[in-house]
Amino acid sequence: MATHSYLSPTGVEIAFVLVGLVVLGSGLLVVTLKNLVHAALWLIVCMGGIGIEYLLLGAEMVAWIQVLIYGGAVIVLFLFGLMLTKAPIGRTEELDVAHRWPAVLVGLGAAGTLVTVTVQAYQHTWFEPRDALALGSSEGLGTALFHYWVLPFEALSVLLLAALVGAIALSRARREDDGPDELPGEAQA
Amino acid sequence: MSSLSWWLEVALRIVVIFAAFLVVPLVVGQMEHKAMAHMQGRLGPMEAGGFHGWAQLIADGVKFAQKESVVPDAADRTVFQIAPAVALIPYLLALLVIPIGPGTQVGVALDLGLFFALAVMGLAVIGPLMAGWSSGNKYSLLGGLRSAAQLMAYELPMLLSAASVAMAAGTLSLPGILDAWHWYWLPWQLIGGFVFFTAGLAELQRPPFDMPVADSELIFGAFTEYTGLRFALFLLAEYAGIVVLCLLTSVLYLGGWHGPFAEQHLGWVWTLVKTFLLAFVVIWLRVSYPRLRADQLQKFAWTVLIPLSLAQLAITGVVRVL
Repeated sequence: MATHSYLSPTGVEIAFVLVGLVVLGSGLLVVTLKNLVHAALWLIVCMGGIGIEYLLLGAEMVAWIQVLIYGGAVIVLFLFGLMLTKAPIGRTEELDVAHRWPAVLVGLGAAGTLVTVTVQAYQHTWFEPRDALALGSSEGLGTALFHYWVLPFEALSVLLLAALVGAIALSRARREDDGPDELPGEAQA
Repeated sequence: MSSLSWWLEVALRIVVIFAAFLVVPLVVGQMEHKAMAHMQGRLGPMEAGGFHGWAQLIADGVKFAQKESVVPDAADRTVFQIAPAVALIPYLLALLVIPIGPGTQVGVALDLGLFFALAVMGLAVIGPLMAGWSSGNKYSLLGGLRSAAQLMAYELPMLLSAASVAMAAGTLSLPGILDAWHWYWLPWQLIGGFVFFTAGLAELQRPPFDMPVADSELIFGAFTEYTGLRFALFLLAEYAGIVVLCLLTSVLYLGGWHGPFAEQHLGWVWTLVKTFLLAFVVIWLRVSYPRLRADQLQKFAWTVLIPLSLAQLAITGVVRVL
C-alpha cells in the first residue's frame, strides 16, 4: 500500500528499531567479550530483546516462549556448562581462535542473505501490527501450526529426536574408546 | 472510561500489588518462625513488637538495612551487585497476572497469563546462578552448580503439569482457567497438582530440595558472600517465590477463588486461605523432611515426577475427549 511510508514512523516502529539496536549491541558483546559468563549474561539481554520485538510485532505467544525457553532454560544450561567446566572470573585469553575472520565472513554472509531474501520477499507487503494480534495469540498460532504447518512441525520434532539420539550415540561411543581409563565402578553405571 | 480514571486504576493496581509483594512474604516468613518453633517445642520470636513477636521480621529488615554491604575483592562486582534484583523482580512480575478473585480482581488479565508467570519464574532462577558464579568463592560456585543441575531437572515436570491444566481448561489465561474450573477438577488434576507443587519447591530450593544451600556442606550456597540489604533481598525473593508458587498452585489446581459459598463477593478470601494453607505445608515440609541427596534429587525428578506428569497429561487428554 502506498499510504504507508518509512519516513513518518509510528511509536511501535521507533520502539522496534531501538530494541533492535539493543539486540544487535548485546549480540556483538556476546561474541566479542573475553569474559565467558558475561557473554552468557548478555545473551539473556539479547534473547529478552528479541522477545520484546516479537511482542511489538503482535506475536505474544512466541514472545513468551522466547523468554521461557531461551531466556530461562537455555541460559541455565549455558551457565551450568560454564560452571561445570571452568568459569574464571575475568578474561579468558585462549578464546582467540585462528578462524575468527572466516567466522566473521560467514556470519556477515548469512546475515546478508537473510536480509536480502526478507527484503525481496516482503518489500511490497504491509503488515499492520494490530491485525497480527489475532494470529499471534495462542489460539491463532495453534490453529496455524496444527492445521497448515503440521508436516514441517512433525519433521522438526523428528529432527530434534534424531539429534538427541545422535548426541547420546556420540557420547557413548567415546566412552567405549577410553574404556581402560574408566574407574572400576563406572562400567556398570 | 476517561483517561484519568484509567490511569488512576492502573496506579491503584500497581500500588496494591506492590504492597502485597512486600507484605505477604513477610507474613509467610513470620508464619515460618512461629510454626517451626512450635513444631520443635519452642516459642519462636516473642519480644519484637510486643504481641507474640509479630514485628520480628520488620526488626530483621531494619537490622539488615543497617549492616555494611560488602563486595568481596575476588568477586565480579557488577554481576554480584545486580544478582539480588534478578532474583527478586520476576516474582513481582508474576504477581501481576495471578487473579485473586472473580472478574477484574487481577493485576493484568493476560491472554497468556500462565505462560507469562512460568516464563518469568524461569528467569528468577538466574539470580542464584549469577550470585554463585560472581562471588569468587568455591562454596558459592558449588551452590550455584547444584542449583543449576536441580533447575534443569525440575523445570520440565513443572511445565508439563501446568500444561495439563491449560489443556483441561482450553485456555492459557489464568482467569479463563478459573472460569472453566469445576469441583471435579480436584481429583482430575490431583497428580498434576502434586507434581507442580513439588517441582516448584525444588525450583525455590526449599527443603527437602535445599541441597544448593545446604548449610552443613556449603555454608549458604550461592548466598554465602552476601551481606546487608542484598542478603535480605535474596531472603525476600525466597519468600516471594513461596507466595507466587502457592498462589499459582491454588489457582491452577485448587480452584483459586472458588469455594463452597460467597464466591462472588469473598472469592479473594478463598484464594488467600488456600495460599496460606499451602504455605503452611511448605513450612511443615521444612521442619519434618530430611534433605535429599544430589542423586536422589535427580532420580526423583526423572523417574518419578516426569512420568507422573506425562501420565497426568494422558489422563487429561482422555477425559477431555470422552
